[in-house]
Parts: sequence; C-alpha cells; structure tokens
Amino acid sequence: MRKVAIAGIGFTKVGEPWERNIKDLFAEAALAAMKDAAHTEVDQLYVANMMGAHLQGQLGMGAIMAEAIGKPGISAARIEAGQASGGVAFNEGVKAVASGLNDWVLVGGVEKMSDLLPEAVTTALVGTEEQEYTSYTGVTKTGLSAILHRLYSREYGATPEEIGWFAVRSHDNAVGVAHAQYSFKLSIERVMTSPMEADPIRMMECAAVADGAAAVLLGPAEKIATGIEVAASTVATDYTSLASRRHPLTLEAVKKAANGAYEAAKVKPKDVDVLEVTDDTTIDGVLSLEDLGFVEKGKGAKFVAQGHTARTGEIPTNNFGGLKARGNPVGATGLYQIVETVIQLRGKAGANQITGAEVGMAQSMASVGSTCSIAILRRV
Amino acid sequence: MSVPRYWREEKPRYRLIGEECAKCGAKHYPRTPVCSCGSTEFKPYKLAETGKVESWTVIRNAPLGYERFTPYVVALIELDDGVRVMSQVVDVEPEAVKSGMKVEYTFRKVTEDGQAGLIQYGFKFRPIVD
Amino acid sequence: MNKLKTLIRVGIVGYGAYVPMYRLKAAEVNRMWSTSGEPVEEKAVVALDEDTITISVECARQAVRRSGVDPANIGAVYVGTESKPYAVKPSGTIVAEVIGATPSVSTADYEFACKAGTEAMQTCIGLVGSGMQKYAMGIGADTAQGKPGDALEYTAACGGAAYLFGPAEESVAELEASYSYVTDTPDFWRRSKEMYPRHGNRFTGDPAYFKHITGAGKALLAETGYKPTDFKWAIFHQPNAKFPINVAKMLGFGMDQINPGLVSPVVGNTYAGSSPLGLAATLDVAESGDRILMVSYGSGAGSDAFVWKVRPPIKHRRSGPKVKNYIERKRYVDYATYLRHRGQIIV
Repeated sequence: MRKVAIAGIGFTKVGEPWERNIKDLFAEAALAAMKDAAHTEVDQLYVANMMGAHLQGQLGMGAIMAEAIGKPGISAARIEAGQASGGVAFNEGVKAVASGLNDWVLVGGVEKMSDLLPEAVTTALVGTEEQEYTSYTGVTKTGLSAILHRLYSREYGATPEEIGWFAVRSHDNAVGVAHAQYSFKLSIERVMTSPMEADPIRMMECAAVADGAAAVLLGPAEKIATGIEVAASTVATDYTSLASRRHPLTLEAVKKAANGAYEAAKVKPKDVDVLEVTDDTTIDGVLSLEDLGFVEKGKGAKFVAQGHTARTGEIPTNNFGGLKARGNPVGATGLYQIVETVIQLRGKAGANQITGAEVGMAQSMASVGSTCSIAILRRV
Repeated sequence: MSVPRYWREEKPRYRLIGEECAKCGAKHYPRTPVCSCGSTEFKPYKLAETGKVESWTVIRNAPLGYERFTPYVVALIELDDGVRVMSQVVDVEPEAVKSGMKVEYTFRKVTEDGQAGLIQYGFKFRPIVD
Repeated sequence: MNKLKTLIRVGIVGYGAYVPMYRLKAAEVNRMWSTSGEPVEEKAVVALDEDTITISVECARQAVRRSGVDPANIGAVYVGTESKPYAVKPSGTIVAEVIGATPSVSTADYEFACKAGTEAMQTCIGLVGSGMQKYAMGIGADTAQGKPGDALEYTAACGGAAYLFGPAEESVAELEASYSYVTDTPDFWRRSKEMYPRHGNRFTGDPAYFKHITGAGKALLAETGYKPTDFKWAIFHQPNAKFPINVAKMLGFGMDQINPGLVSPVVGNTYAGSSPLGLAATLDVAESGDRILMVSYGSGAGSDAFVWKVRPPIKHRRSGPKVKNYIERKRYVDYATYLRHRGQIIV
C-alpha cells in the first residue's frame, strides 16, 4: 500500500448563498483544492453528498460535478453515507490512491440545504434511519439525539448545562473564522434559554441548515513535496436503530473506527493535537469525545464544561466552530473537518492556530452513529 | 407515498409481530434477514404489548407527514419480554412522561397522504388504562 | 311477525368498548357561541391520531381477548359507522387484519345513521344463528360530525363497542329475540361529499326517535311476552341525556333500569357506538340471570331491538378496562383544541 497525502484543499464559506447552486459551490471548492495543490490532473472524482436526491432531485452527481469542474470524461461517482458522506468519500479516495489504482483523486463534498423548507430537510436528515420502523415513528435526527441525551443525564448525572457547554465551546472557536456560518460567541445562558427543539435538546444546541462545499486533492505521498500525510482513514458501522443497540450510550461505530485508526497511525488519543468531532447536537459531541477515547465514558460533558476541549485545553476540539458554528452542510461536513485539520497541521490557522500541531483527527458521523469515519492526519 | 411499502409492513405494524431466531432464540423487531448469530432461519414472534419507557423526546419540528401531530412524544420502550422498540407515546402530556412509565399497545393513525391519499396506521403506546 | 329468533342459539362471547380520553364540555360550546344549551354535560373527543377504525380496533381487540376465541376462527367483521375514514374502502378489512381474522373472513361497513352498529350486530347474529359462521363480530363506532354552532355540536361524540357473537352455550349473554322497525322518515341525513349532517330539528323527536324506539320496543315486548319488570336493565339509543329517559318512561322502564347504560351525559352521542356502548356499560355491572332490553335508533329511520339474557361466564369475561374506566380517564380540551382534534382547522 502506498502512503497517501493531501496535496491541496478548498472550501466555500458556509451559509445560505441564495444565488448559487450545488454545481457552483462544488466547483468553487474543487477548483480551489486544485489551485492550492498547483496540480490539475484528476484520475478519479468522488462527490460526497447526502440529500441532493431529495432537495435538488439530482442523481448521477459524479458526472454532473465532473462536468462542473471542467473535467467531463473522468471516472466519477457520488458517495452517500448520510451525514458521514464526506468522511466516507475521503476514505474511498484514500483507498484508491493507496492501492495504486489512481494517482490523483479529488474528493469533494457539497450540500445545499437551504433550497427547501425546514420540514423537508428534517425529513431528509432522518433518511439514514431505517425508514419503515424508525422513521415511521415520526422521530427526527435531533429527536434520536435527545433520547440519548436523556439517557446520558440519567446514567451519568450530567446536567443539561454541562452538556450545553459543547455549543458554547464550538462558538468560541468560530469567532473571527471567515468561512464559519455563525462566527458569534454564544453564552451558556442563551443556550439554556433557547426554545426546545426535541426535549431536552434546545435549539441552540443544534447545528442549523447550511450550504457549503469542501474538497481535497489526494495523491501518492512520494509525489507531493509539502503534503499532509494521511496516517489513517477508517470507516465503521453500527446497528442503525437505537432500539437494536445493547448499550445505546456507546457509539460502537465510533469506537471501532477510532481503534482501527489509532492502530493504523500508531498513535494514541494523547498524541492527537487537534480534533474535529461531530457536534450536530451537543450530546453527539459529548458521546463522540468519549468513544474516541479522549475522556472516560460518562465524564465527557463535565470535561467540556470545564474547558478541556478549548483551544488552550487538553484536546483542542472543533477549532473553527465545529458543526454547530462553522456549520453543517451535511454531505460536505466530513471534508470541512479534514480541510480544517490540514489548515492546523500546515500552521496556517492564524488566530485559531494550535501551536505545534502535528497530529490531527477528524470524526464524521451519520445520524446517531450508524456510520462513523475517522481520519488521522500527520504533518511530515 | 408508496402503497406497496405500507401494505408490506401491515402485519408487523398492526400486530406487533417480529421474529425469533430458530437457532439462538434472539428476538428481532423489525424482522431482519440475518440474525447476529448468523442464522437466516426465523419464526414469527408476537411481541409483548406492555413495557416501560426507557427514554423519550418531544418532537416539535416534525418530518413531512407528521407536522399535524406536534408536539408528540417518541420513546425508546423496553417491552416486558425484553425487546426494545421505538414508538410514539400518546394520550399523555409530554410533560407527564416519566422514565420507567408503564405503557401499553394502542392502534393509531400514523400519517396520512394528504386529504385524498392512503391513511397509514400502526401501533403506538399509551399509559396503561386500568 | 317473524320468529325473531335464530335457528341456532346465539350469544355474545366477548365484548369490548372504547371511549377516547379528550372531553369537550357543553359549557365550552356555550362560551364559544354565547349560548346556554346543555343536552349533555360533556362529550368524548378523539385524539389527533384516532378515527372510527382505530376506535373499532380498540373495541375489537378487547372483545377478542375477553372471549378467548382464536381470531382466525372469526368469520365476519362488520363495522357500523357514519364516520368512515374512507368513503370507499372498508374499515372492517383493517380491523380484521389487526385482530388476525384475515383471510377467512367476511367484512363490510354498515351505514344506518346511529343504528349502523346494531345493524352490524344483527347481521352477525344471523350468520351465527344460521350456522354459517361460528363466530362473527359486529362493531358500532363513530367520530360523529357536528357543524360548528349547530345543536349537534354539544353531543356529536366519539367512541364505540364491539361484540363477538358465537354459540349461546359459550356466551356471556344469550340473545332471546331481536326485532327491527323501519320507515322512511327523513329526520337527519348527510349528503355525499358533505362534511356535516342536516337535521329536521324538532322533527327528530316524536315522529322519528320516539315513534321508532317505542314501535320496536313494544313489538318485541308483545312478541316475547315480557313486561318491563322482567328486565333488570334497559338501554335506549342516547342522542342526549333527556331522550332515553323519556322513551324509557313511555315504555314503562325506570331510571334504575337504564342508569348503568346511560353514558350520554358524560360521553355524548357516539352515534353508531351509542347503544352498543350503553350495552357494554351495562354488561360491565350485570350478573348472570339478568335480562336486558336494548333498542337502538338510527335516523332515516329505524330501531333494532334486542333481548339479552346474561349468563354465568360474564364474571370471568370482563377483565381489563371497563367503560367506566375509559369515562374516568379524561382530559378537557378547549374549543380551539377540539376543532384541531376533529380536523376542523386546516394545517
């Protein structure tokens, strides 16, 4: 297997760009990645997208986006793994290069959620759950997180405030971030007085509807002089329904993907300098931190509330705002996490820079953990 | 909304029928092609109709087709036979739901395909009536 | 007159009833329209996710459970209602599928205003009594319509009851006789595709309700030779709190006899569910040997009358919630919530 490196990155500002369509967004990020890499040859294109089939009615997105970036004719396909689409597409790209089958693989993620009304987006978001039995109950993605939130509080005695701090920490890191959807500070009071979204989860604990695109150009490490190396890329799945999981508070897919990645990269959680986790809701972030091994099970919320995930803390997490503040254009989110990790490892994060960052980790998760992808990147 | 998709799942949703692995005895709801033990042989299994609420949420922003019912409670329920199901809990104020609350099967409308389309029914749970 | 009896002795082998938990007080209707009527105290209102079919299922499941009959042996499921969720597509197929009676089963929906339920019951009696089926289920259930502001708004209610008929020797109550009395009397109707019924106001009284119930009741008493004193209990269709009391008097029955089954003051008029629900409430308290007279009324117009004789198994076949428990399980809704529950607010 060949070593794989990231030659270039590109991304758009997360927000609601009303004038621009999915092709516009995708092309901006993809062209930027090629420009960043100073390399325009692409053997394979992977398009990460979750809900374009619902929201834009767009299928065959591989060919659509190959054309959009001026490369009709190349091998291209869409990768869909729910909210983990970006991370899973990255993994496919890494495998293509590592195997020697392709040299240059462009992996781009795009989502444009603002094209339809919230109830349509809510419907699409719960689309990764088993439709005939889980979605049939009328539950939402946030509702599933809320069921875990309540179990977590009861099991470990965490207060809603402690869990709510995850949103505050993410917003702290988005201040001054040009590409973030919400670059304002958020107080714990504002989190805890915001309206209920799916009890006990409040509106300000949830990522919002967002549009955006992010892309990386992957290639063989030996052909990239100043690359960031992919030390590990893993994907794991779990029983999709919470009802089928023995211990719903343990995200087995996260544990499994993380353990595989630590082993492949020969690192431990303490070696990770910068971390991006899935905080679609606050409790998703807390459970992820625990199952990634950064804090003992049941202590994640306190860990966050006490500041250990802040930029000055033990494990700087979601350093550009995470899903909550940078934004969560679902299919693209996994690639934003990777792009942001690269920025840190390159030492180009400006005010958000974690000094001396050498190893970074990005965790992308579908729904409440049915799929999880992990990437560990290393500065070489 | 798909008529065959609704029709196909009528019996499990109407009668709370899952399946039991012929080899290891594991109970599944909904049915699954392969058991965790690897077996593909199952027999129908009638689930218990009473259980208790393990955890729950209140849906205030609903998916399409469910907007008319908000706010409504969706819970993770442990049935008396140990099988877990996800279900709405009705006939209760969201504020009155408690962890460990005893609930029982009830038959309700789940969603409707507008004024003219199919009405979809299925089980929900409610506090025990006695 | 025909014999009013079956070839094979028939009885109720299981029964079930259901009243939804929401209530609208007459006072709330009065607050809305600045009126002062009180034909009933309050009425039962469905939840957002209930309809005639879900009510029928509640009743049917309870009836099957109490009977101990294997549902696969139920040869007919008939639902009488004037609130069909589907104009075309039987409610009974869904009920039969849920209780597990499919596919060896006859199913149909009956319509005869407020006596559709007893019509379904009588058909089942015929099926079992002729030997064509061993077990047959008749259900009366409704989510009755009342136009906002109309007098019916006080009373048009939701609820029902189901009766599983089978061999008399297995039954909790044996049928002694049944008789129907029908004329063309247009006191109340709902045209196709109309949301709300129309009615003839005071014309619904003497020439309609009273004439048909007394007509059916008197004929059945005459034919069977029973006097009012031969009955422990009686149930007359209950469109409001007053009519059943008055008609009882006209037929020579007293309050003591009709009290257990008189649920309209606190449930309202459950239309096709009305007299079946009254019978269920009566069976909830009846004892072996009690004789019961039941006379329904359906606009259009007609009455079905039945004489039941309660049998010993009654003691063991009424477990689970009784009508009283459902009546006591209640939550009041305001007028706006009522409209929402009845689908009268377009969302």
